[in-house]
Amino acid sequence: MGMALLEVRDLAVSFRRKGEEPTAAVDGISFDVHPGQTVGLVGESGCGKSVTSLAIMGLLPQRGNQVTGSVRFEGTELLGLSQKAMDERRGRDLGMVFQDPLSSLNPVIPVGLQVAEVLQRHRGRSRKEAMAESAELLDRVGIPDPTRRIDEYPHQLSGGMRQRALIAIALACRPRLLIADEPTTALDVTIQAQILKLLSEMVTGTDTALIMITHDLGVVAGLCDEVNVMYGGRIVERAKRHELFAEPRHPYTAGLLASIPRLDAPRGEKLVPIRGSVADNIPWTHACAFAPRCPNALDRCVEVTPELVDDRGGMLRCHNPVEPALRAGAEEVRA
Amino acid sequence: MSEPAERGDALLTVDDLKMHFPIKRGVVLDRTVGYVYAVDGVSLEVRRGETYGLVGESGCGKTTLGRGILKLVEPTAGRVVFDGTDLSGLRGEPLRRMRRRMQMVFQDPLSSLDPRQSVESLLVEGMRAHDLDKGKESTAKRLRELLTAVGLPSTALRKYPHEFSGGQRQRIGIARALALEPDLIVADEPVSALDVSVQAQVINLLEDLQAEFGLTYLVIAHDLAVVRHISDRIGVMYLGALVEETDSDSLYAEPLHPYTKALLSAIPVPDPLVEDEREQILLTGDLPSPANPPSGCRFHTRCPWRQETRCDTERPQLREINAGHRVACHWAEDIAAGRIARHEVRPVYEPPDADVIPDVPLIGPASMTEVMDHH
Repeated sequence: MGMALLEVRDLAVSFRRKGEEPTAAVDGISFDVHPGQTVGLVGESGCGKSVTSLAIMGLLPQRGNQVTGSVRFEGTELLGLSQKAMDERRGRDLGMVFQDPLSSLNPVIPVGLQVAEVLQRHRGRSRKEAMAESAELLDRVGIPDPTRRIDEYPHQLSGGMRQRALIAIALACRPRLLIADEPTTALDVTIQAQILKLLSEMVTGTDTALIMITHDLGVVAGLCDEVNVMYGGRIVERAKRHELFAEPRHPYTAGLLASIPRLDAPRGEKLVPIRGSVADNIPWTHACAFAPRCPNALDRCVEVTPELVDDRGGMLRCHNPVEPALRAGAEEVRA
Repeated sequence: MSEPAERGDALLTVDDLKMHFPIKRGVVLDRTVGYVYAVDGVSLEVRRGETYGLVGESGCGKTTLGRGILKLVEPTAGRVVFDGTDLSGLRGEPLRRMRRRMQMVFQDPLSSLDPRQSVESLLVEGMRAHDLDKGKESTAKRLRELLTAVGLPSTALRKYPHEFSGGQRQRIGIARALALEPDLIVADEPVSALDVSVQAQVINLLEDLQAEFGLTYLVIAHDLAVVRHISDRIGVMYLGALVEETDSDSLYAEPLHPYTKALLSAIPVPDPLVEDEREQILLTGDLPSPANPPSGCRFHTRCPWRQETRCDTERPQLREINAGHRVACHWAEDIAAGRIARHEVRPVYEPPDADVIPDVPLIGPASMTEVMDHH
């Protein structure tokens, strides 16, 4: 594979509060995104997936946090770029789609104009050209009757239509990298299906790369080439999607998969939950944060921090990973 | 808990329930300019000891239906019969006594638990209101039983809701419902606010409690995978009405209503092998406004199997096609037999309606009640 489009190295973000120790939300994560690739960042609330995306986009608040490490986009370091230089890149090279489209759209500006703004700003289009192109873009993302819709305000659109408008804004300048942070979590499942199809149509066959941030393993299973599973601010497992779902190696990944009711599974089988909650996490220093909830935990897991190492074509951070044979055996016992 | 009577007879019967909300306009005159038909003629039966799952997307009226059944919101028309007693005529004390037997578990445990009450006080409050607090010792014993049943340590009694994690708070909400020894628990999105790893804990807990106490559940949720896992029978709602009802296995194995087919095909399965093969029936457009529902079959504007006749003029009634399998579609048999092919649906432009917000942006599912709160 050629040069990576985005190289994230040892990215760490910690938040400071007066009179308290800094809290690490992201604790040293590294990954690459290649042109045209779809990479998933998966994890539950508080695992640091959204903070990662905000740090890449330079959208974290100016004060109260510390960002270290490196984020290189086409060889250029993004961390530490001036606000102005970052503004140039955002919208042109980097696009972002957020979870809640109503709060990411400007409520007092018609949607068509909000799409046109990006084209005027980054493509140097005139107002008239930009509006015409805006209608085309709205049509491309599947908004019916776009010439009338461009004059409507965000509150007049449904949730699904708003998310489409937001995708149109993000894609207006054909960015090299699109980050979608829980883009379908606030939507109904039939609308989610429409949006996911749209997103995958927008990136397959182009060299636009997509980082998909989600808590939903189902979304990842259909969409991502490579998946990073995050826990407690670190990547605990990375694998190609088929490998990850067929043979999850980290007990957390395996635990997540066992705890989701599957639509196609035979009924009457009990779910196997992960015990405890993220509140039980312990710091990574000299331990694995997941150890208190882990069914595979050894003494070593609360003494030595596991490193992220190569494992069967992927990466794994675990002292006592799930062995495929054992897992199959366990399933037989259950059945 | 009351004696689990024989399984199979109806504990709860809902008969043609309607819940319409007026849309008001004007400051002085306060004219009614229309109605939101949140629930528009739902009939269903929940049998003793079973779990009945009610699924549908935002705005389909499932939450409003749940509240109407418990008379938290007064229905416009129709009957709710609970264990042989018609609730529509009940007022005051008899209604209050009946409510002990039908309890509710809410979606967001943090906003449904009073932050200034300790767990003990939260649990005792309802018991006291219904004369179940018979003495210090028996109450203390009962509280310990409740906490053990929902898997919380006895030290939880002195704590306050904010000291617990989301999953633990939902356990408190369940314990509060259990405290009154109900027959029926209506659980509205009981796990959708929780992380996946914690969801499974609460789902298993609900199943265990049902087996232990012979409870009957009405589970309202948008997540069909969750509903299918815990329910014996499922009702699918679209725009204020049931479109299909059957047992959980049949619903997945042979969905008969076009909307159910689309809904099932839209749910991503955490398995790439399934995902690569999954045939999706993508619906175009959005849910029409419940203030101005389409004529005839309410799904006809988005239905990929819509026919030239009947669909837009005649409202289909729920009818039994196979044993225990009810569907509200004129063409269900023809679709099942493959005599009618799926076709393209062009999304229709719906002019913005200032009166009714098409949907409410929320994390998770919205409800008509919340839409109404905006007015």
